[in-house]
Parts: sequence; C-alpha cells; structure tokens
Amino acid sequence: MRLTPEEQHWLAGEAGPGLRKAIEIVVALGKIYGAEDTVPVGSVQIAGVSYKNLGDAGLAFLHEWAAEGGHIRVPAYLNPAGMDLHDWRKLGIAEDFAHRQLDVIEALSRMGAVPACSCAPYYIGVRPALDEHIAWSESSAVSYANSVLGARTNREGGPSALAAAIIGRTARYGLHLPENRRADTLIEVHCPVESEADFGALGYLIGKQVGNAVPYFRGLGIATFEQHIPASTDTHLRALGAAMAASGAVALYHIEGVTPESRRDNMLREDARTLRIDSLEAGYAALNSTPLAQVDLVSVGCPHASRDELLQIADRLRGKRVTTRLWVTTARATKEAAPHAVEIIEQAGGLVVADTCLVVAPIEALGIRRLATNSAKAAFYAPGHSRVDVRFGTLAQCLEAAITGRWPGGPAEVR
Amino acid sequence: MARKISFKGRVIKEGKAAGEALVSPAPIGFLGGVDPESGLIVERGHPLEGQCIGKRVLVFPTGKGSTVGSYTLYRLARNRLAPAAIINVESEPIVAVGAIISEIPMVDQIDISDIRSGDWVVIDGEVVTVERARQDTDVC
Repeated sequence: MRLTPEEQHWLAGEAGPGLRKAIEIVVALGKIYGAEDTVPVGSVQIAGVSYKNLGDAGLAFLHEWAAEGGHIRVPAYLNPAGMDLHDWRKLGIAEDFAHRQLDVIEALSRMGAVPACSCAPYYIGVRPALDEHIAWSESSAVSYANSVLGARTNREGGPSALAAAIIGRTARYGLHLPENRRADTLIEVHCPVESEADFGALGYLIGKQVGNAVPYFRGLGIATFEQHIPASTDTHLRALGAAMAASGAVALYHIEGVTPESRRDNMLREDARTLRIDSLEAGYAALNSTPLAQVDLVSVGCPHASRDELLQIADRLRGKRVTTRLWVTTARATKEAAPHAVEIIEQAGGLVVADTCLVVAPIEALGIRRLATNSAKAAFYAPGHSRVDVRFGTLAQCLEAAITGRWPGGPAEVR
Repeated sequence: MARKISFKGRVIKEGKAAGEALVSPAPIGFLGGVDPESGLIVERGHPLEGQCIGKRVLVFPTGKGSTVGSYTLYRLARNRLAPAAIINVESEPIVAVGAIISEIPMVDQIDISDIRSGDWVVIDGEVVTVERARQDTDVC
C-alpha cells in the first residue's frame, strides 16, 4: 500500500500508540483487500457500543485506546447502546449494566464521538452526499448510505470504524471503487410487495441467497416523486436494506429509476445472474419463529423509526390503550422532534425508547420471551441473540397485538 | 527424528510466538462461537467443539460471523485465554482486526493442510515453522 509520509510516521509509532494502533488496523484491512492507498472520509458510524456486546473487556479496550491518545478527528456517530441513556430504569435495566453502559458512552464521547446512539443517523442530519467516501459500520446504515444516498463505504466493523475515525481515513477498497459498485445480481420479483413487512421479508429471502452480492431491482412498484423519495418509500427501502444486510451481507443495491446511482450507465453487469422471487411466504414463515399468539413485547423501529413513522404510530394509537409492553425505538433527536406524537404513544401506554433497540438491549434479562415486530432484521436476529420467540408482520398487526395482547388472526396465521 | 517444514505467509499482525497447533477444517466465528470466559469453542456442531483455544496456535481457513467478534478475541486476550498465534488460509477483517487489537501474531496465505493438531508451530513474522515428532508408524 502507498502510505503518505504522515501515515508512515503514525505507523512507526512516532505519533504515539493510539494513532499507531489505528493506522495498523486500516493498513491490515487494506492489505487483505488489495487497497492501493487510503482515502479521507467525511463521517464515521461506530458500532460496538452496547455493553451487552462489548463486555468489560471491550470497555477496557476503549479506555486503553483513549489513554493511548486515540482521538477522533472526523464527525463520528455512535450506534445504539444497550439501553435508553436517560430512562433506563423505566425499561427495567439493572443498575450494574447501566453504569457500565454509561461508562462506554463516556469513554467514546471523550475520544470525540457524537453520542447520537442511532442506527439511522441519516434521519438526524447525517446525510452523506452522492459519491462521498465515508467509513460506516452498522450493516443497515451502510446499506442505506450506499444505496439510497449513493455514498461510498464498506461494511466496517466496530474497531475498524473507530480506527478510521481516529485517522480520518479508511483503506480504499471494495465499494470505494466505482467498478465494485456495479450490480452482479438482477432480482426479478413476481409477487406483490406492499407493506414494510413485505419489503423486510423480501430482503430476508434475497440476503440469504445472495450473500454479499450487489442486487439490482426493476419495478417493485415503488413510488417516487420525480427524483425525490417520499417517506413511505424511504421506510420500505430502510426495511429492505436492513433485512438483506442481516440475512446476507448486502452492502449496496440499486433500484432502477429510484436510487441515485441507478441513473448512471452500465450499473448492471452483463454477466449478472438472475434471482427470481415468486412469493414472500417462505420469508414470513422463517421470520415467524412461533405459531403462538401471546406476546410479551411489541417493538417497532428497527432500524430506528423516522419522525414520520412516530406520527403514523401516534395516529393509530390515539384514544387506545395497549396491554403488552410496546417499544417504539428511535433516535433521541427524533423523539425530541415529535413531542406531541410521543405524548400520544405514552398516553396509550407505550414507550418511545431512545438510544437503543431490541437487538442490542439485554431483553432476555428483562423477562421477555415472546416478541412481536415489523422488522425483518430484528425478527432474524432475536431468536439466536436474545433467545425469544418471534412474531413478524406489519405495523398494523404489531399495534393490534400490543392492544389486545395477542397476535391478530389466531395462532396459526402467519400473515 | 522430528520433521520440520517452513512456510512463508503474509503478515497480518507482526510478532513471534510458539505453541501446539489446534487445527480446524471449518471457519471460526468468535462472537457466540467461542466463550471468552473459558476459551472453549462452543459453536454447536463445530469440529473443534469443546476444545480450548488458549495458548494454542489456532489454525483455521478463515473467520465468519458478526464484526463484534473482534472484541471477543480481545476479551479472550484479557482473560489470558487467547491463542498464542493465528494462522489462516485467507484472512477476513473480523479476525484480522481482533488479532491486531489483541496483539496476537497472525499470518495468512498458508496452506493449512500441512499442519496437524499437536504439531509444534513457531511463528516469526512471515515465517511459520511446523515441527512434527516422528511416529513409530511413519513409513519414511
């Protein structure tokens, strides 16, 4: 790899161990993937924030790196934590866990990260430009940044994103290179795809089958307003991308006429393979791990809900009361931008939960065994990660389950 | 008489180490696949399930799974249960980053079919030396 004189100076340890560790990580990844050099990044998204995943060792690691002089030099935003940073007691989080989680946030903030604690930073003002190089982790955010915004990032891991934040650069390989952004898999969808749950089920099926391919969609009946993506479409794309990145490793996709890069020439390779989807049934079946109707927790907002969704949810809950736990997970900044919707949801007995989500919060420790969600990503991870049974369906089904305590339509119905 | 073979691989994490090889034919995913408190491989059905990786030269084709796995390797190192070194056929980012932050010497681009569990392996930078004591059953 060609390194700048400054990078060589860092690698030799002449600027301290913190920078040496950071450039070592970036160079190691560059070597593996044949990068010629590094590229400056406009922003970083840092995963490895939840204490559930980091443990004491991960926390010690962050403290150590900070003490070694690891200081962040570009805008860097944190992924969700393991709890709502203000209202963790309301969720039932243990005191011990809470103190350690707050310690993680403190350590990363002192290093210079912005404690946004959201997997959807693009809803709270962090919107990279078309073709902008960034270093984001969090698979659903990577998918959105690459596909919906046309920015350029690989699926960075937690430590490599932090390394990129410290040196302000990442190795120039993979999706930083235009030739790697062309689609290699054409997706032909021969069934209706209408709700956000449909898009999630579709994404789950595709991800499972294509691994880390770059899919290309035609049609899908997606509504755009000239070149503008309306809120409903945005919600659908967020669900699609998150699911493909969870069941597979899809970091970039194109939808003809909808996503920005699809308007460029030759974005579908001549040797692209074709994947045909005739039905979403298998997706729904896989994502509903149980035929049981009772639920302990209904959680929506994975990835984090947009302000528009908060308003929609409030609309549906106005004048109603829930009988199960209901979490609407979102960024704190979004919650603060919709106080009236939050009030309505909370009057119905739900909680608008900031800074976390059901994937990285220790829900098993909160006694939750049966979950309902409209997120295919969450439905995919939850049985293994959190040892719960899952019901998956639309927002309407989830909210009805929250109100009645039972998944609508009876135990056997999957959709 | 012992048999000694040397290979040259690609350095992922520079260092010197020695230990008894523990060889897996299957990829290893550290988050959820290795217990950071015991060093045991806990992935159900894994060829090395139940074996302890601590202080062994861990030899496997490549890593897999969640990127949080880098932190799992780090937790193992803090618990003094990390492998002495890691040898891969083809490295991927999770294990590479884990090895770097945990200061575990690591080399890839090695043909691991030449290494057996129990061999004594010495790593020095890009050079991997494998020593196998001769068995009575060896023909030559």
